[in-house]
Amino acid sequence: MTDASPLVSASDLTVRFGETTVLHDVNLRVQAGEIVTIVGPNGSGKSTLIAALLGGVTPATGRIDRAAGLRIGYVPQRLVLDPTLPMTVERFLSLPRRVSARRAREALERAGVPEIGNRQMAALSGGQFQRALLARAILEEPDLLILDEATAGLDQPGAAAFYQRIEEVRATTGCGVLMISHDLHVVMSASDRVICLNGHVCCEGTPEVVAAAPDYRRLFGEGTQGALALYRHHHDHTHAHDHSQDAAE
Amino acid sequence: MLDDFMTRAALAGIGTGLAAAPLGCFVVWRRMAYFGDATAHAAILGVALSLAFSLPIFAGALVIALVMATVVSIISGRGYAMDTLLGVMAHSALAFGLVGVTFLQGVRIDLMAYLFGDILSVSRADLGVIWGGAALVIALIGWRWSALLTATLNPDLARAAGIDPKREQLVLTLALAVVVAVAIKVVGVLLITALLIIPAATVRPFAATPERMGVMAALVGMASAWVGLRVSYALDTPTGPTIVCMAALLFSLSTVASGVKRAV
Repeated sequence: MTDASPLVSASDLTVRFGETTVLHDVNLRVQAGEIVTIVGPNGSGKSTLIAALLGGVTPATGRIDRAAGLRIGYVPQRLVLDPTLPMTVERFLSLPRRVSARRAREALERAGVPEIGNRQMAALSGGQFQRALLARAILEEPDLLILDEATAGLDQPGAAAFYQRIEEVRATTGCGVLMISHDLHVVMSASDRVICLNGHVCCEGTPEVVAAAPDYRRLFGEGTQGALALYRHHHDHTHAHDHSQDAAE
Repeated sequence: MLDDFMTRAALAGIGTGLAAAPLGCFVVWRRMAYFGDATAHAAILGVALSLAFSLPIFAGALVIALVMATVVSIISGRGYAMDTLLGVMAHSALAFGLVGVTFLQGVRIDLMAYLFGDILSVSRADLGVIWGGAALVIALIGWRWSALLTATLNPDLARAAGIDPKREQLVLTLALAVVVAVAIKVVGVLLITALLIIPAATVRPFAATPERMGVMAALVGMASAWVGLRVSYALDTPTGPTIVCMAALLFSLSTVASGVKRAV
């Protein structure tokens, strides 16, 4: 896409809950085709920022702009299904708009879980559940994919595989991706741009720039830059599973 | 055919069961049982006002139920836990309604008829109101079904898909008020929530999708109404409570059956 206007943007956004200022003077733009990750400690306003972008939180000042006709695929951090609500995966994929059985199956295949269509959502494992959420988000053919700690509850290989799916989706559809994550070292390498949030934008830029920024290191400690380096290092070796094996090779 | 009071009563019960059960699914899924109670209890205040100003009972009950539901929606989340708030509102409305009725001079009303229903005295006009209200509620819920379901799952999921969860909440509130208003004549304000919740809870173990749960709940609601009416006629018991007893029996059977199914 040559169009440089952002899919979604926040301009000088300030959000207050009662007396508490949760976010102040936040500026953020997400373009088509880029993966932007928001990192920040607990209570830094990450989820509030997402809620504001989705329209669920009214800004005290500043503004949110969404491209006209923007289609958003959203993967929430946690989806608690009331046990009284029966829901097969296939039915879930058709919310709120009906999709054909063929498209539903394709979406599940793309999300890496082709076999779960007839299962109850409540009977899925954590990883399957998150992938079902992803499959539904993809079905909307989104211009923008928003993921709020979508890998919470997945183990590290599961999370890594999940992010790989997201990169594939971005590559095939050209959508923009905005995500929140705690998996620092995985995220840092999978993102085009990282925004470090702590009530305001502390620093932002490419993963390398953010990892080296004093604000980021103050929030997350010195070790995380090592984690990034470690991750890069890991990827030099295709079959390395742990350090001792690395050393043995 | 409508000259027979039993036929009119059966049609009234079936219409109410049909309208209440699918809406009741949302009441169960969204944990709004107490909200339903508050709305229903407030309706007795509406009855008192209707009698005082010589308005149709249906109109008075509908308006007060709507006011109640709206007030609760607005002041919820402002200091008190929802169940505390609803407890205060539900019982206050009931108490004020009961006290209000005693101020009505010259009108001898049978309060029991409004508390527990008086299905055997349903007139042709009542029948029109009941089936009109039922059609309205079914149409409303059917039209908003997918949006309601999405908003029920997760408000942000709904917003991302361009659905306003607040508007969907309003749709449910409106439907609830209509059901309360039409069900007063059938089961009375104290037992309306039972018609909403028991059929939905009864079919839950046997439903794989929300749609099937809605349809099955409607069938159970209608069956309870019809069987309850026949039983109350045979045993000479109050009809509204008998209908709820039938629904409760079906619920017990379903609980046992699903327990057996899981054990096998």
